Amino acid sequence: MRRSRAESDSNHTVLSRRAALLGGAQLLFMGGLAARMRYLQVDQADQFRLLAEENRINIRLIPPIRGEIFDRNGMQLAQNVPSYRIVMVREDAGEPEEVLLRVARLINLTPEKTQSALDELKRAQRFLPVTIAEDVSWDAVSAVSVNAPALPGVSPEVGSTRVYPRGSDFAHVVGRVGRVSQKDLDALEDPDAVLRIPRFQIGKINVEAREEARLRGVAGTKQVEVNATGRVMRELERREGKAGAALQLTIDAKLQNYVQARLMGESAAVVIMDCEKGDLLANSSAPSYDPNLFIGGISSKDYDPLLTDKYRPLVNKTVQGAYPPGSTFKMMTAMAAIEAGIIGPDDTVHCPGHLEIGGRRFHCWKRSGHGWVDLETSLKRSCDVYYYDLALKVGIEKISAMSNRFGLGLRHDLALSSVNSGLTPTKAWKRDNRGADWVIGDTVNASIGQGFMLASPLQLAVMTARLATGREVTPRLIKSVNGIEEPIKGNGALDMTENNLRKMRRSMYAVVNDRRGTAYRSRIIAKDMRMAGKTGTSQVRSVVVNNNEVPWEQRDHALFVGFAPYDDPKYAVAVLVEHGGGGSKAAAPIARDVMLQALYDGEPPVEAYPSGDRSRIRNQQRRLRDVQPDARIKTSKDQA
Amino acid sequence: MSYLEHSVKSVPTGLRKVLFLNWPLVLLISAVAGAGFLMLYSVAGGGYSPWAEPQMKRFALGLVLMIGVGMVPIWMWRNLAGLAYGISVILLIGVEFFGAVGMGAQRWIDLGVIRLQPSELTKITLVMFLAAYYDWLPAKKTSRPLWVLLPVLVIIVPTMLVLRQPDLGTSILLLAAGGGLMFLAGVHWAYFATVIAAGAGLVTAVFQSRGTPWQMLKDYQFRRIDTFIDPSSDPLGAGYHITQSKIALGSGGWTGRGFMQGTQSRLNFLPEKHTDFIFTTLAEEFGFIGGISLLALYALIIIFCIVSAILNKDRFASLLTLGIALNFFLFFSVNMSMVMGLAPVVGVPLPLVSYGGSAMLVLLLAFGLVQSAHIHRPR
Repeated sequence: MRRSRAESDSNHTVLSRRAALLGGAQLLFMGGLAARMRYLQVDQADQFRLLAEENRINIRLIPPIRGEIFDRNGMQLAQNVPSYRIVMVREDAGEPEEVLLRVARLINLTPEKTQSALDELKRAQRFLPVTIAEDVSWDAVSAVSVNAPALPGVSPEVGSTRVYPRGSDFAHVVGRVGRVSQKDLDALEDPDAVLRIPRFQIGKINVEAREEARLRGVAGTKQVEVNATGRVMRELERREGKAGAALQLTIDAKLQNYVQARLMGESAAVVIMDCEKGDLLANSSAPSYDPNLFIGGISSKDYDPLLTDKYRPLVNKTVQGAYPPGSTFKMMTAMAAIEAGIIGPDDTVHCPGHLEIGGRRFHCWKRSGHGWVDLETSLKRSCDVYYYDLALKVGIEKISAMSNRFGLGLRHDLALSSVNSGLTPTKAWKRDNRGADWVIGDTVNASIGQGFMLASPLQLAVMTARLATGREVTPRLIKSVNGIEEPIKGNGALDMTENNLRKMRRSMYAVVNDRRGTAYRSRIIAKDMRMAGKTGTSQVRSVVVNNNEVPWEQRDHALFVGFAPYDDPKYAVAVLVEHGGGGSKAAAPIARDVMLQALYDGEPPVEAYPSGDRSRIRNQQRRLRDVQPDARIKTSKDQA
Repeated sequence: MSYLEHSVKSVPTGLRKVLFLNWPLVLLISAVAGAGFLMLYSVAGGGYSPWAEPQMKRFALGLVLMIGVGMVPIWMWRNLAGLAYGISVILLIGVEFFGAVGMGAQRWIDLGVIRLQPSELTKITLVMFLAAYYDWLPAKKTSRPLWVLLPVLVIIVPTMLVLRQPDLGTSILLLAAGGGLMFLAGVHWAYFATVIAAGAGLVTAVFQSRGTPWQMLKDYQFRRIDTFIDPSSDPLGAGYHITQSKIALGSGGWTGRGFMQGTQSRLNFLPEKHTDFIFTTLAEEFGFIGGISLLALYALIIIFCIVSAILNKDRFASLLTLGIALNFFLFFSVNMSMVMGLAPVVGVPLPLVSYGGSAMLVLLLAFGLVQSAHIHRPR
């Protein structure tokens, strides 16, 4: 492009002017840099040289105080107690190995611990304090203090460690803390600097882990000036951290304690839930273990039995376990059918003891049959054929959809680890996951809570609470944080026909209170405390077995779900006894005992029990009274 | 009487061009690089490896490259400007897909022979392209909105791509260099005033919204900005480095602690002592006198470039020279501000001194363009 000489010249004038301007600005900025350099290197030189030569600035993290955990009545479930430890800063120690050996002699540190402390010293950043001995006595602390001049970089520190005063009662709710592992660090995108403090504790499972963000708090820092031997000369700046939040759980520690004691010797799970707010009052899985053992790292002597025990004490059966719900599922099949208008609650079905479908015979548990049964009778006596018939008419899709609305087959959001979603099978599910078409027998099995159908005890408790109230009760485990109440989730109407729900509750009442009901022996006598419920016995193997003749692993699971008081439901309960045999024999009595304990907020009067049971109950109450949490870690090994 | 009128009346040809190089500039660049070798030798505890030797080899290679680029007529470079810009944008996009992750960010692209950092290249090609654009654009149109929008887009595209890597430091520098070039080209004052006012307004609005229901950023984003602006709020991370850097620098005093005597850098108090924080080591060991000398060398490089540009009647050559000088200025001044605790810690190396091949080669290439502009100026 050609331009006139004049235009080109005028352009160049503009350019030159602006170039001079920008150049001037650049030189001005450089002048500023020079001034800053002069300020730092000339005016402040003495101070900085002092800092560099005689002193060093160290930054120490102040670990935040972990939030404590309480039960609904303010009883402490997780607390921090002071512990003394000896720490050492590598860069201040001069000869770290020699100094460490001196300390080891002074406080009688074992050679293994000395070696591991040395390894840790080498790994840690040079300016970070490393713990070389933990949980030391006062004597050791004073010995180190007295000999401080010979031990540069070594100092005693008071820290805090987590303690679970309720021991094994809360291992499956509160969980436990442990040291930060490399795996924990790798899992985080941007780990908090505080996690790099050696032996810092973070939540490993359950509430401790799931509520880590709120419990941990924010680390403070202090900038300290230390001299060449590592002695702190003065603190330059301190930024206070923020303590973790205090959590209050919905659990009632007294009730939880009773339930754990009641389950002694079983492999079982119990969930007690408030029907109104969804608060979990007890969430017990037996056997349990003492979480305090894990805090400083568990020894294999303690750990191996927990791993190999066939009662699986490390598993939280209330939420991690998914079991065939057995007959406790029958309410769902019935609700699906009567809400769809396929059958009325009072219509009857004939049970000859089996149902013939496509050339295959599906048996009722009672081979001689129940005759003509309606909803109430079928539930009360747990007739299977009635539900086969309903399921065939309404279809699996509607049954699954109905059970989803009652909280089965979906993952409830609780601050517990590995919450299982259970399974409410559909045709699409089977095609996608099993690569096979749904067959009619699958529907028949599902109708009585067998086959692919799986639910956790927690889900069964939610289902029962929703049946009892007709509202979408949603479980809640955290009651308040720093005294501020957590919101109650869900709780809207379920939108079911009230009359159908009433019939269902009435039928569940009959299961427990009618002379011919399967749980009649576990009824509550007290008039205003009557319980309604349903027993379940779910097969572990596909053949019917006599539970007394087969090994424990092959016996049926015993289940019971219920709510009370019948007239004004307050609590829902779900009980599962792994391989416990029949639901009416193994699960219902536990449900009745724990329900009474909840209803009376403590030990119930024996008058609440049927008169024939009272002397047995008195003995049982005496035995269970104030069992200390850790006296009862009784597992399958003890029984053998 | 200008220095120009004394020189030859025609553009030199052939090998004679070597005589017409801007030799003072070559000497200044070599002096700065020499200071770099010295420091790299020192921070390695008195050894040519691992840093000083490779750096010297790369500088030698870069010097040859610079002269080579300088021999090529400036109008050829102008014709290649669009292509160069296009290639670097494509490479930036390539980094998105094939880039290796180094130091937590995607910046490198492995070409087999060398590992290329396209964002380094973009610093130069962006300036080249803008200079060519303003050379082509009739001066009357310079400040018309449409013709202002176009270069703005040219700047924004690579800036965004670099920001995604993520490399905030380099993207801000690209933005500043691009804006500076538009200013030099004579875009009306009002545009800059508006952009600066709007920017200030936006920043104020974002900060004012903090803690209100209509908060524009998430809390953690605000916290990151806090640490960015005030590193002492993160005393274990960036704040620790700045504190140590200031101690090292300040303890140098007037004359420094002597070559290889800097305790702070020696004792590993300093991070990245061979790259971003190399100036601290220099200032600790050679004191205020050493630091100010390096700053003076930098200032002379800038002055020689500006003089060369003003004396050059070719618009493209002049703009290109100024743009490259501005880029160079931005880099060393941001780095120095950072180590002196005046600016947030962004990963910007000290040009010609910090260890690093990609940056040095690209910089010498850029000075090659300045040489070409100088040799082939209209007389």
